Amino acid sequence: MALQITESCVNCWACVDVCPNDAIFEDKPHFLIDDGKCTECLGDHSVPQCAAICPIEMAIVDELGEFLNPPGSLTGIPIEKLKEFGLWREAA
Amino acid sequence: MELPVISNSAPAEGGGCASSGCGTAPDALGHLPDHIRAKVQDHPCYSEEAHHYFARMHVAVAPACNIQCNYCNRKYDCSNESRPGVVSEVLTPKQAINKVLAVAAEIPQMTVLGIAGPGDPLANPARTFETFEELSNRAPDIKLCVSTNGLNLPMYVDRIAQHNIDHVTITINCVDPEVGAKIYPWIFWENKRIFGVEGARILIEQQQLGLQMLTDRGILVKVNSVLIPGINDEHLKEVSKIVKAKGAFLHNVMPLIAEAEHGTYYGIMGQAEPTPEMLQDLQDACAGDMAMMRHCRQCRADAVGLLGEDRGDEFTMDKIDVMEVDYEAAMVRRKVVHDEILEKLDAKRGIVKPKAEESGIPADARPVLMAVAGKNGVVAEHFGHAKEFLIYEASPAGARFMSHRKTELYCGGMDACGDGDVVDAGATESLLDRNIRILEGCEVVLCSKVGYEPWAKLEAAGIAPNGEHAMEPIEEAVMAVYKEIAATGKLSPSAEDRKVA
Repeated sequence: MALQITESCVNCWACVDVCPNDAIFEDKPHFLIDDGKCTECLGDHSVPQCAAICPIEMAIVDELGEFLNPPGSLTGIPIEKLKEFGLWREAA
Repeated sequence: MELPVISNSAPAEGGGCASSGCGTAPDALGHLPDHIRAKVQDHPCYSEEAHHYFARMHVAVAPACNIQCNYCNRKYDCSNESRPGVVSEVLTPKQAINKVLAVAAEIPQMTVLGIAGPGDPLANPARTFETFEELSNRAPDIKLCVSTNGLNLPMYVDRIAQHNIDHVTITINCVDPEVGAKIYPWIFWENKRIFGVEGARILIEQQQLGLQMLTDRGILVKVNSVLIPGINDEHLKEVSKIVKAKGAFLHNVMPLIAEAEHGTYYGIMGQAEPTPEMLQDLQDACAGDMAMMRHCRQCRADAVGLLGEDRGDEFTMDKIDVMEVDYEAAMVRRKVVHDEILEKLDAKRGIVKPKAEESGIPADARPVLMAVAGKNGVVAEHFGHAKEFLIYEASPAGARFMSHRKTELYCGGMDACGDGDVVDAGATESLLDRNIRILEGCEVVLCSKVGYEPWAKLEAAGIAPNGEHAMEPIEEAVMAVYKEIAATGKLSPSAEDRKVA
């Protein structure tokens, strides 16, 4: 059970600082999550910390490839606008 | 890779405030107690006088943020835009320290090192305080500043005080959570993302508490506010009153930047930016005995050099890595340079500015706004070449710098960004129209030369073009034109027709 970071990541470091397991590490072209360390914060927090601070929609997915922050969920930009500006993606 | 030679080349043409008058007394800080003035006299971001002579730099060590603002896009990496939040590279604290020492040795006028993002410095406490700690040891002659959204401020006030950071900027856009919910979609607080009014309420509480804690400790606080038409424009008057009552020494109301191509919520949703006139009206309304900052250039989170003259390209990490810096020697040189500048500033403060009384201007004449295409304190630019206009108010009390209005288009759009600025015939036309639009409210534009086409368009817009004072000192030229207008009898306070023929 582990979360993953997608290519939407902008390398802002926010998740690294809040991960209770030190499971997130810097890599190119973007940060990655160590499957062996990630617990999805079970036992530490009520919600996965990386997903709770990540400012970028579609940057963190669960093992089913579902976005923890789906398009429009963080900015409130309507889906049709996201599509118009090329900011929409189906699940990873 | 470019040659590892330390460059002494002059900064790129344009930019910078070109007026001596946004410098010379009376400074907006004139009313402050001496001990505060002493703290800011060589601070380019705070003192209108100092920003012509002293430089600052920001180091981008703090990429993480703990709130979302509707005017911010977290994809901050853009090399050819100058606005808050964008940087070309994020630095480790060690890289940042090397960069600061190199810049301070190369640009001895540099007095201030700020950490301002691209995220929130206090959401990156380890990187931010490591940088401050090392710099306070190795470069004790550099003033340290930090800029924050305020959410984590109360928990770090003591560390800020301990690191000898005596200036802090807090961005406060509202004191009402209902207004805040329209600016901040969410915050990250106590291990959760909190949306809407509740998130805004917590943010506002922390900002106000942090402001109070800082001023209680004698740390200077400047408050930045982003003017967002229809969202917080009227509300900012209340914000200004409250932060002033809590001891903030300077209030900087900045215009919202919301181009669609920046990809921010406001940009994509078509939120209007304020016109220069709206900004100025609000700054005037907030003024009172609170100092308002009028020379802010909304610079990059990794800006280097004088305000408006970014020299960041000379100090990329590959260039810094091969520089050898003798900071002990640099400090001696810096001291000499700083003393010379302060001496020059003191001398300037003694200069009496041109007053209207002896020049036949009636004491009750109404003030007139004029736009000046200036450089280095004189009327020096062609209308079409000006990258910004300096707005002066001429009144019987003399010429007073009010604000600057940028004319430059920084980014060619989502596709053209980074590809250079190709301007075709259609775009040139719209640029001219845009430049005339930003001069709204001004009755005269002073420049060294105006072409035939803009001349006609300016007149049609009710703005009198004037190219007769080329290369004259700005204040003198402004007052000379004001006197000419007065002689035509058009300055009587009851005059309904405010247009200049």
